[in-house]
Amino acid sequence: MSNKKKKKLTPVQQEYQKFAKEREPKRPVAVNMFRAFLVGGTICVIGQLISDFFLWNFNFTEKTVGNPTVAVLILISVILTSTGVYDHIAQWAGAGTAVPVTGFANSIASAAIEHRSEGYVLGVGGNMFKLAGSVITYGVFAAFVIALVKTTITMLGGS
Amino acid sequence: MQAYIAAFIVGGLICVIGQVLMDVVKLTPAHTMSTLVVIGAVLAGLGLYEPLIDFAGAGATVPITSFGNSLVHGAMAEAETTGIVGILTGIFEVTSAGVSAAIIFAFIAALLARPKG
Repeated sequence: MSNKKKKKLTPVQQEYQKFAKEREPKRPVAVNMFRAFLVGGTICVIGQLISDFFLWNFNFTEKTVGNPTVAVLILISVILTSTGVYDHIAQWAGAGTAVPVTGFANSIASAAIEHRSEGYVLGVGGNMFKLAGSVITYGVFAAFVIALVKTTITMLGGS
Repeated sequence: MQAYIAAFIVGGLICVIGQVLMDVVKLTPAHTMSTLVVIGAVLAGLGLYEPLIDFAGAGATVPITSFGNSLVHGAMAEAETTGIVGILTGIFEVTSAGVSAAIIFAFIAALLARPKG
């Protein structure tokens, strides 16, 4: 909670915040980091295996192999999500499963499946990007600003 | 073999950064992923992400940071050929496969699967 918000609380509420903070379970940061490293690294190795497979067996170059690799990773992730396996791995691995592109697919698929009961248009269609929407929004806006700045610099005769 | 070790270490380290953002800075997973995408876009703008991909392969292309990198690259490539409007038309050029695949597969999953747990 930010300091600004804290000032608005009554003394009793402030005391409670302190009380709750002391009893909040400590996060095992080192263990979590190790797990994230292990699982995240493994997912990237699987990605490397898939891209090498496409490089060796089909006519892909280093530049174009990214698309089928990402698509296969997303497919695997969606299958694991719909069978409920991904959630179990994610519980253990934390950011190790959230940060790779599989986590992006997982957030879309799980939101889509979860809101199925609200109907296919308003439920599935409307809630699919509940979590992933923020990633796309901030990614696109940041990319737009950066590309605009770089293009302007190039047009003005910079490097 | 070298490529796999590089992919493991770099990919793992990016996930550790994500874990630190979640545990130490106490961001929600959505905030963490948004932050990493913006970091990826900034690194792409500075021209630092491409060398990382050359070094680590899938270790740099699989984490969500590469989404930001691809967005900038698509926009820049299109802007070079068609001018400033190219930023708008090119921004999803490289990431289209990932976004489309995620939408299509997730929709099929929603048709077939039931919520678990």
